[in-house]
Amino acid sequence: MTVYLLCFLLFLVGFYGVLTKRDLVKIILSLTIMGYAVNLFLILFAYRDQALFPILKEGVNMEAMVDPLPQALVLTSIVIELGTTALLVTIALKLFQKYKTFDITKIRRLSG
Amino acid sequence: MPTETWLIFILIFMILGSITALELKDILSSIISIGIVGLGVSVAFLFMQAPDLAIVQFLFEIFAMIILLRAFLKKDYHQESTSRLNWLLSGVTIIVLIAIFLFSISVFNALPPFGQPLLTTAEHYIAHGAAETGAANLVASVILDYRAYDTLGEITVLFTAILGSLTILRIQSQRKKEGSESS
Repeated sequence: MTVYLLCFLLFLVGFYGVLTKRDLVKIILSLTIMGYAVNLFLILFAYRDQALFPILKEGVNMEAMVDPLPQALVLTSIVIELGTTALLVTIALKLFQKYKTFDITKIRRLSG
Repeated sequence: MPTETWLIFILIFMILGSITALELKDILSSIISIGIVGLGVSVAFLFMQAPDLAIVQFLFEIFAMIILLRAFLKKDYHQESTSRLNWLLSGVTIIVLIAIFLFSISVFNALPPFGQPLLTTAEHYIAHGAAETGAANLVASVILDYRAYDTLGEITVLFTAILGSLTILRIQSQRKKEGSESS
């Protein structure tokens, strides 16, 4: 319960960054923080007390293993996050080349 | 110490690291603080008995830090000017977020307690995974056998993202080339 709340607090910190920061770099970092929090929450939700990692070995009880399914899905999600971050960084660099600033209040030509 | 205490410690560390990263003015310090948060996630995955995830998260963190440092370090960095309106906006946002947090407490109370998950789909994978796929690592059996189409979609998304960033970089270089030819 406390762990879930702290994880949600981490998500909210990232959300705060996305909402209030005016710097493109800070916004990208906030999106990364939100991604971390969501991944961590899924794994926290699947944890079973006193369980072992889901790799079969002789002498390990099969019932005492954590769920392999959320781990597989989060593995997918982490890799996709890397691609998204790279794409965001490229777009930010392109904007910097055009406008010479990372401040989103000064990048106005798209907003008309 | 039990696992939950360790996790609370790591999570508080990560929250402090992310607040530091968002509030610092220097961009190099911000990126390094994000590195603290990501490596904290990696250690938390180790405590949650997910070694594959810990390795992947570690690699992700190193790659993300290399990309961010390489991209943003040498730019002449513009300081954010803090006007009065901006302070007002941050205050209102913080109050709204605290309200969301307080309302969410009852939602998290409704969840099953930590350490006793409800998920039951995975019992089939744990019981029959080795016999049906021949993989000792059940995470690998889920990724590469039961949900292989998911992995195919992941590779497609990754490929599209890399293709998009390469295209954007290429547009820049072509414009430069045209500029140099015309001048």
